Amino acid sequence: MTAATFRRWMTGAYLVVFFGYLFLPLAIMAAATFNTSRFPTVTPWMGFTLNWFTALWADQRMWQALGTSLLIGAGVIAVAVPLGLAAALLLDRLHSRARTFLYAVMVSPLLTPGVIVGISTLVFWRQWFGVTGGLFLTIVAQSSFIAAYAMLLFLARLQRFDSTLEEAALDLGATHGQVFRRITLPYLTPAILSASFLAFLQSFENYNTTLFVRGLDTTLTIYIASKVRTGLTPAVNALSLILIALTILGAVVHEVLRRREARRQAAPAE
Amino acid sequence: MTEVLRRYGPVLTGLILAAVAVWLALLVVLPQLLMVDFSFRPSLPPSKLGGPEDVYTLKNYATLWTNQIHLAIFLKTIWASALVTAVTLVVCYPVAFYLAQVAPRRRLPTLILMLVVPFWINELLRTFAWYIILAYNGPLNVLLVKLGIFTEPQRLLGGDAGVIVGMVYVYILFMVFPITNAMESLDRNQIEAARDLGSGWLRIHRRIVIPHAKPGIAVGCIMTFMLAAGSYAVPALLGGPQSRWFTEVIYNWFFEGGNWNQGAAYAFILLVLCIGFILLMMRLFRVGLTDIAK
Repeated sequence: MTAATFRRWMTGAYLVVFFGYLFLPLAIMAAATFNTSRFPTVTPWMGFTLNWFTALWADQRMWQALGTSLLIGAGVIAVAVPLGLAAALLLDRLHSRARTFLYAVMVSPLLTPGVIVGISTLVFWRQWFGVTGGLFLTIVAQSSFIAAYAMLLFLARLQRFDSTLEEAALDLGATHGQVFRRITLPYLTPAILSASFLAFLQSFENYNTTLFVRGLDTTLTIYIASKVRTGLTPAVNALSLILIALTILGAVVHEVLRRREARRQAAPAE
Repeated sequence: MTEVLRRYGPVLTGLILAAVAVWLALLVVLPQLLMVDFSFRPSLPPSKLGGPEDVYTLKNYATLWTNQIHLAIFLKTIWASALVTAVTLVVCYPVAFYLAQVAPRRRLPTLILMLVVPFWINELLRTFAWYIILAYNGPLNVLLVKLGIFTEPQRLLGGDAGVIVGMVYVYILFMVFPITNAMESLDRNQIEAARDLGSGWLRIHRRIVIPHAKPGIAVGCIMTFMLAAGSYAVPALLGGPQSRWFTEVIYNWFFEGGNWNQGAAYAFILLVLCIGFILLMMRLFRVGLTDIAK
């Protein structure tokens, strides 16, 4: 065996182990859904069942938590996506120290631990406005950093924007409002969809920030965590399995749309 | 600024500025400042607020120094997060290099998708997966006993080791992507040239690949450390009373101790720790803020 083939073989083995490491734990968790054992496990295997899906379906508190999560996710999309869009539009037109400074402030929530985002929001709103934890604060706290993700997505797309289109429209007598509605916004539509999707995903899975600002409300992620600690049954695995399946579906659809968009961008250049 | 106005017109510019002001002032800067202010005040009943006792004090910060248990947890959080960061870096580096420089172009989208999918799966669910693996009757114990490494099942949950193993798994993807991105811009010819001139692979990595990937490595380390030090979900699920994390101490000040001022001080200490780590990485890898915040 030559050194080159040996190295290629080692690389291949490493990748197999790495991806196995990524997916095997999820597979084991999924498999435990179908085990009749009352505690979720794959060892020992006590027989195949679908009962844990039925148990999950009948769980009223799960449905309530799901409703809360959907509501918060919708709220976060409504708040974070416009904020991120406004920030990106502003940054895109600044070229100075001010831009660097603003940019740093805008991405700072991404470098701040989630618990601190939650705590600062909780303290601030109680002290200044007398608002306590609940749906509203959860939306506010999550939006404060999810807006930064949205901003980055918009900024990336704006960088490829041909701003002479706007120039031309303005020269031809279009109002600023018309230019924005007819040129800028349509160009940004894919990014708006992307940002909304990611904002929802981020909101839905958030735990660390939500924990501090939720008040008495329970999101689905909080609910799963509390079930793991008290009252764990494979129904939690059934729920996890469904959520993972939806995530994979979402990721694949997002990827397919992104590639189609990338091809469309590349094709009509001539 | 004039360019903003010229491009968007007065109405749109006004809306944009208002939105950015609301976001940065109400949602980002003021809450942080107030949290810091709050942390330097004593915890008082409402009747005494604004009274003679309501003065700035370092008392809340001194607590961490005098409470040996909290201090030990804080120090453990630091070294354990550093360990998580180091392990993920070592594990991810070859993967990132393969993706950026070696992988055939046509296979790349599939590989990236295979990384994106677990990245998007809820952090809590990825943690929960390890809860099942590490359980007393779980598959890992069965395997280790079968292999003869353990004579009988061991308690793998509820200790620091379980928490660290879980964190490596949960945060590993935050390391892969930045390093891959940084390595992608490296011209393959540089590696070829070095090899033709007789460099071994170790020297190629030390002199060419790593220096080029420095900003990515710095970002990956910063993200991983920040997520590990600030994690609540992983220690809550995989740890126990014996392996508390600093975030759990903070949580208890808020929702069990009922002393928000004290909790705010601890939260600020955690924030300072993360900022300190960012500065350390910038110094270590000699990268600027603009390289990091890309």
